[in-house]
Amino acid sequence: MDWITIISTTLKAAINVETVLYALAAIGINIHFGYTGLLNFGQAAFMGVAGYGLAVTVTVLGLPFWVGIFVGLAAAVLLALLMGIPTLQLRADYLAIVTIAAAEIIRLIFRSVAFKDVFGGSDGRRGFSEGFHALSPFPEGEYGFNLGPIPIFFPHWQLWVMVVGWALIALCCGIVYLLMKSPWGRVLKAIREDEDAVRSLGKSVFSYKMQSLVLGGVIGCLGGFIYGLAAGSVQPDVFGTETTFYLYTMVILGGAARVLGPVVGAMVFWVLLVLIYNTLAEAVGSGYITFLTVYQVGAVRWILVGLGLILLLIFRPQGIFGDKREIAIDAR
Amino acid sequence: MRRAVIAFTAFLGGLVFLLAGPANAGPVDCEQGLRGTLRLQGQPVNGVKIAVTTEGGQPVQEVTTNAQGAWDVEVEQPGKYKVTLDVGTLPQNAEIRGGNNTRTPTVYEGNCSAVLFALQPKGAPGQPQQQDTGGESSFWTRAAQLTFEGFNLGLIIALAALGLSLIYGTTGLTNFAHGELVTLGAILAYGFNVGLGLHLIPAAILAVLVAGALGYGQDRFFWGQLRRRGTGIIAMMIISIGVALFLRYVMLIFFGGENEAFAQYTAQPGVEVGPITAAPKNFVAMGIELAVLVIVGFALLRTRTGKAARAVADNPALAASSGINVDRVIRIIWTLGGAIAALAGVMLGLSQSLKYTMGQEILLLIFAGVTLGGLGTAFGALVGSLVVGLFIQVSTLWVPPELKSVGALVVLIIVLLVRPQGILGRRERIG
Repeated sequence: MDWITIISTTLKAAINVETVLYALAAIGINIHFGYTGLLNFGQAAFMGVAGYGLAVTVTVLGLPFWVGIFVGLAAAVLLALLMGIPTLQLRADYLAIVTIAAAEIIRLIFRSVAFKDVFGGSDGRRGFSEGFHALSPFPEGEYGFNLGPIPIFFPHWQLWVMVVGWALIALCCGIVYLLMKSPWGRVLKAIREDEDAVRSLGKSVFSYKMQSLVLGGVIGCLGGFIYGLAAGSVQPDVFGTETTFYLYTMVILGGAARVLGPVVGAMVFWVLLVLIYNTLAEAVGSGYITFLTVYQVGAVRWILVGLGLILLLIFRPQGIFGDKREIAIDAR
Repeated sequence: MRRAVIAFTAFLGGLVFLLAGPANAGPVDCEQGLRGTLRLQGQPVNGVKIAVTTEGGQPVQEVTTNAQGAWDVEVEQPGKYKVTLDVGTLPQNAEIRGGNNTRTPTVYEGNCSAVLFALQPKGAPGQPQQQDTGGESSFWTRAAQLTFEGFNLGLIIALAALGLSLIYGTTGLTNFAHGELVTLGAILAYGFNVGLGLHLIPAAILAVLVAGALGYGQDRFFWGQLRRRGTGIIAMMIISIGVALFLRYVMLIFFGGENEAFAQYTAQPGVEVGPITAAPKNFVAMGIELAVLVIVGFALLRTRTGKAARAVADNPALAASSGINVDRVIRIIWTLGGAIAALAGVMLGLSQSLKYTMGQEILLLIFAGVTLGGLGTAFGALVGSLVVGLFIQVSTLWVPPELKSVGALVVLIIVLLVRPQGILGRRERIG
């Protein structure tokens, strides 16, 4: 058992690009679900349109990187408007089904052969991140330090993505903190608690929900950019429904309706996932566990995610930081 | 330093595995190259020769598809390759859709590109092929054929949707794990059929019974307990997502990530009935599906338990106060829902192939059917599912088959815009 490697990868998982991109998307979910009580199950689509907006603009249209980012953001806003108009007046469970349906429509279009010239079919698009990495201030090499015997090093391109990503997380958390302290944020929470009461005070519930959907969607789309830039490619199946479900697991794990809840949730989620996967894979590889194959270890991890989600909601729906009174888990 | 590099590579490898996800968890041993799977009407096609050459024509490798219809070729250099399928080695009754037997995919560094050869059954000898004539009669022949297939799919969706809708109606739970109950039925039947060597028919009956028992157990030991704890319905809905993930990957461990087929009735020659060509198993399957749906519908309308179920769906508190044992009714509904979802899985496995994600893939169509008909109304689910099935298949007259589900989902969203309560639903249900 190579414990050094296991501990090293586990520690790195706490701040790595996966954590960054899922944390950003989870902050978006937290605005939807945690603060407004909207069950948006289509967050993966927001990440998808952002990633593909960037990729297609740069690779197919040959425009510069910044235009791609702008296109991605615009696509996310447009998607929020398109998705919100038919769904925001519906009850929570209908909203969930329709947002999933919308996200699947988008994924199927991305991977279709009919649009292969634009979106690249199931292989996706690659080769659009040069513009971003050209801005990197880090010269080539490995960066990091040794924590006792444990090496923690990242290559320069990954470090650049991480630095930008964590800056974005800090920015988004700051925005969420300020907004939720403002009167606007109080209206969102009031909608979560009692929509009719808010309506009777003369607020346009639909309009507030739409603003929440757009804001959360745009923050989620930042996660899509980070994914595209870190992986150097976008592929349609990454933006599937399961991604959204993992995001919900992170939000609930960290604590919904808490500013830092989704960030902590994403960190804990990935640390546990990487730790469990590496430990099991090592144990299988070195013959300590014989009833599993390395291929099945991947599945064991997701079984534990499912189990974790069930146990969390039954025994601690408020997660690590949350307040039970603030969780929108009852019918309205 | 070296250790750090190894660790990093291992981590990256893990990430690639993570990000690639289960959706395209293909053969893990293909590191850089080309791969694909040949299927005819959902059944794997083996023994087909596939030759891979470089763009310039230098031969790289020649392979034949294995029992799962899969093939893969590793290549040294990234770049463009030419893949040629030897048409002579295809089964007698198969041809390539579109007729072109070469593909020129690009292999990226460290990546495995999928090469798609879509196969279709050949038109019977002496008859004009459907693509060639393209005239009006062929259009109507295709329309009739697709309508038939649409009914077939619609009935399968209806079986699953009926259970989902009844459970929703009586407990308020939007069960995201219902797709996994469908898969469970198919995999149980596969286990009895291939694992224990039973004939498919007793295997299917056994699978439906076991799934019904599991449905009962699920309510008795899990959902019922949650209801007693007073868990909110949104919380239950998210819990059902956890259950779905849990079941899906448990089945992945036991079943594996490959496509499989039942031991019997896999490759039946088609028979012609009027303008429709279909394997006899499809007619039998549709007969069984219809019979089950009629029996369940009749039971809901005429039996005491059925009436009680509808009363609970209408107003649980009132039903309880008029002497109906609500918990017992819900338990019966769960048993029934699990059993008919399993039946839907067996039927789906019969008309396509078996995979651990098969239920997840039709879950949205089930939801579409249920929502279209009106959430919580049993007969609405029936009508809605048939509409969804028909719409999906018939729409392939105009849209590419890979986008057929998109049409159904768009219709779902549009219906919610103009008539949110669905076809047979009542206005106040949407809240």
